[in-house]
This record gives sequence, structure tokens and C-alpha cells, in this order.
Amino acid sequence: MKEIHNFTIIDRQQRGEHYFSLVLKHGGHMQPIAPGQFVEVLIEDEPRVMLRRPISVHDVDPEAGTLSLLIQIVGNGTRRLSLLQVGDHLNLVYPLGHGFTTDLPAGSRALLVGGGAGIAPLLHLAKELKAKDVQCTILLGGRTASLIPVCDEFLPYGTLCLTTDDGSLGHKGLVVSHPAFAESYDMVYTCGPTPMMKAVARSAAERGLRCEVSLENMMACGVGACLCCVTDTDQGHRCVCKDGPVFDISTLKKWYQC
Amino acid sequence: MLNVNIHNLKLKNPVMTASGTFGYGEEFADFVDLERLGGFIVKGTTGTHREGNPYPRMAETPSGMLNAVGLQNGGVEKFCSEVYHRIKHLDTNIIVNVSGSSIEEYCSVAEQIDALDKIPAIELNISCPNVKKGGMGFGTNPDMAAQVVSEVRKVYHKTLIVKLTPNVTSIVDIAKAVEGAGADSVSLINTLLGMAIDVERQRPYLSTITGGLSGPAVKPVAVRMVWQVAHAVQIPVIGLGGISTAADALEFLMAGAKAIQVGTANFVDPAVTMKIIDGLEDYCNRHGIKDINDIIGII
Repeated sequence: MKEIHNFTIIDRQQRGEHYFSLVLKHGGHMQPIAPGQFVEVLIEDEPRVMLRRPISVHDVDPEAGTLSLLIQIVGNGTRRLSLLQVGDHLNLVYPLGHGFTTDLPAGSRALLVGGGAGIAPLLHLAKELKAKDVQCTILLGGRTASLIPVCDEFLPYGTLCLTTDDGSLGHKGLVVSHPAFAESYDMVYTCGPTPMMKAVARSAAERGLRCEVSLENMMACGVGACLCCVTDTDQGHRCVCKDGPVFDISTLKKWYQC
Repeated sequence: MLNVNIHNLKLKNPVMTASGTFGYGEEFADFVDLERLGGFIVKGTTGTHREGNPYPRMAETPSGMLNAVGLQNGGVEKFCSEVYHRIKHLDTNIIVNVSGSSIEEYCSVAEQIDALDKIPAIELNISCPNVKKGGMGFGTNPDMAAQVVSEVRKVYHKTLIVKLTPNVTSIVDIAKAVEGAGADSVSLINTLLGMAIDVERQRPYLSTITGGLSGPAVKPVAVRMVWQVAHAVQIPVIGLGGISTAADALEFLMAGAKAIQVGTANFVDPAVTMKIIDGLEDYCNRHGIKDINDIIGII
């Protein structure tokens, strides 16, 4: 069930120049949140911002009743959020959207490919897959080292591979040029910049690998009512907020082929 | 205390939701008690399935947003055979927003909705700014507006609300024309035609270049138009445009609206309609108002 709730910020970490993370405590009974689902955050005291901002859930601790968000500062809304401090409240509508498929058989092999802020939802996903005994290879990329906001957090959940376009961290080149990318997997998940996801999807499709992508579009309602955030799927326009943000690439041929 | 009537419709309170901002109601069921609403207007329904305009369809602007969804919907047959059966049990006024590209299409949709027992009214959308054919084209000319309303009137027998566009020189002339053609009520305003440009990319934010402006930015324009129309027609006026608090709703009521619709504010706070109803009750209690009709049109 979706709810509107005021969370309390209990931790804030700067993650390099462009990113920060917030840990939010519910204080009561937090609704279950599946990997790949997102929240809509109310931005207060910022006159240029009216609409909520959709932000993917980075991590969840159901027992502690906390969730964390990894946020890239890209505009007025996220800049205002970056000024919040421990003890401040944040109003969320959550959990929203259709997340990643995680019911893989134990022993399956999964590749998680993240770029930039798209790394965020992959931690929650990697944790859930690890709990199901899925072997994860986690491939994270960015233009340069400072644009890969987190990586050590992933170490307990799989084999970590890094790439940067300039070679400042890990393998030099795009994620699809990393040797780990060429191996075979039962499932490929990806979230990041659109050109990266399209390259991952095209390659997965060519190799016959099952693949899910997490899309990001400008949103208003977040619940599939306003139809502002649509993407052009093989079945016509579908809401990224409700039918996605995670889509199986078998429904997105038009999207990844162009 | 909050009961109002729009023609034959009896509303528990004046608070409804605006077409295109509330889906089919069910999208908001986790956040609001749908049966507490005076009513809700389901999204624009056309004769056949429509895909709407290409993405991007939305841009945030100061105290508002532009949209260019372009009437994406599954078509009237899908509404009647699927959606209607999921929502018809709700004890509130479910009103279908009817759109089209031709008079024939408006009439065909209206006729099919007329057959649905639990839909007591339609809102005829002659004001959508985001479609190439029809839509606002019917709502900007008094003769065209009267023509489509009188043709729909022949096939539709329940409460006929006509939604007006603000993108005209005189909204009063259009309101009088549709009243004369048999409308039972008018709702206003639809979105204001607007435009925004991304200067970094040097191109418009919307795929359609222009779109409809909604949100608090349009409220003073909407209040003014409701006041003008309420003084010029005998049929009840439904006010909308940027309402996000009970005080906003009260402005429209005092300006002459019998009921109001909440639109864009649903995106910011999905439970805002409940707060507005609470706020109206509180206002009546604080001011010793026994019947909200006593303050309607006092300006």
C-alpha cells in the first residue's frame, strides 16, 4: 500500500562533489519497498519548485524502519534537498512503481550495470539477490572517478567491477567494454544514463540475455494518473512511474534500437 | 452543511477532482477516501484509443506546470467495458470528461456514456489545447461551441457540464452560447496556453512546443473568469484553476462557483482534497455558516 509520510533524516553523507546520501527513519511501520521502486519527495521552501521529485531507493532496512536515498545534485529541487540536515523532516509518497524482477533461482548469475546516479537502486537490488543466493557481478561506471558516488557498499554482495571513461578508476572505457560484460548471465539489470542503458540493452538482446532497464522521465503525479512521464514501448505509451520505472527490454525494442 | 447541487447532481460537498489529474480515481485510493469527495471527473475519453503526444509532455514552471498529454486514453469502449465496472460501486458522483475531434465523435461518446447507470453527468471538453483537431477549436468560437453542445444535448439526457477554455477574448460569450444550446452547467477554466524554453539546449521543453498551464500560477485568472461567468449565466458554474487549499476553494465559491475541482495540487499532495474538505468544514464552523450555499456568489 502506498502512503504519504513524514520521515526524519537521521544521517547525511556527502559523496564527492555531486552526490549526497540521506538515511530516513519512518518512526512507525514502514511499507515494504521492492528493489527498483522509488519515492516522490516534497521539496519545501524552494519557490521555483512545486512538483515532487522522483528518487530511487538506494537501500532499505525494514527492521530499523529506514530507507536511504543517494541523490545527485542536478537542479533546484535536488540542490534544496542537499541543504537538509540531520533532524529535518522529509515528506515522501512511497513506495511507487514497478521494480526489478528478483525471483531468480538460487545459483543464477546476474549482472548489475550502473552509471552515475543510476547506481542508486542497484544496492537494494544486490542485497535482495544475495539473500536469494544469486551470484552478482556489479559493474559500475562513470565519466571519471568522482562521478561514481559509491562502490565499497557493494563489496559484500558480489564481484565489483569499475570503469571510467578517463581511466581514473578501474578499467578505462565504457561499461560495455569491460571483460565482465562479455560473460554470460541469467539476467542483466541496468540503471544509468540513457545511452549507457541502450548500449547494455542492445548487447543483451543480441546475446539473447534477459535484461531489465530502469528508466527515468520527468514526472508529475507518480501514480499513473497524469500520463506525463510516458515512454514509447512496443505496446504504445506506458507510464514510467507506474508501469515502470523498470521495464523488460522485450517490450522496449523501439526504445533501445534508436 | 457542505451539500451543494449542480443541476440534478447532489454533491456531499463542493470538492471534486479535475479531469486528467486524478486518473480513474483508483490511482488515489490509497491516499483518499474517494466516497468523501463531492465527485470526481475521470480522464478525457474519446471515441477510439489515443496514444497522445510524444514525450516530453510536461515542464515545471514557476508555481505551475505545462502539460501536453494530448488526451491519451483507452477509448470509450474500454471505459464502458472495463474501467466503469471497477469504479461504479463508489458512492460519489463519477463524471466522465468527453472529448473528440468532430461533433460525431462527441455525440458517439456521450451516447455510450449515457447508457451507464452510475455515471450521472458528463463534462464536455471543448477546451483541450493539446490536440490538433477539435478540442479547443470548438471552445473558442461561440457558434461552434453552441453547435457541438446542441448536438450532444440531443443524445445525452443526464447532466451536461461543458468545460470552457480561458484562451478566448470573452469567456462570457462562450458561456452564454453553451447555456443557450442546452448545457446544464459550465466548468472553468481549462489550462492556459503557454510555452517554456530550455535555454541551455535551445529548444522548447515540450515536444509540442506549446502546452497547457495549470497550478497556482493560473488561479487569479480563473477566479476572475468564474466571477464574470457566474454573473452572466443562470446555470451553475464549477470553478477550477490552481486550487490547492480550502482558502483557494472558498475564493472560487465566493466568486460564484457552486462547486470546485482540484487538479494539479493532487500531484503535490495526493491527499489534498481531504484537507480541503476538512478546511471548508472548519471555515463554516469558525464563521457560523450553517449552509455553504450562503457564501456562494457573495462577491
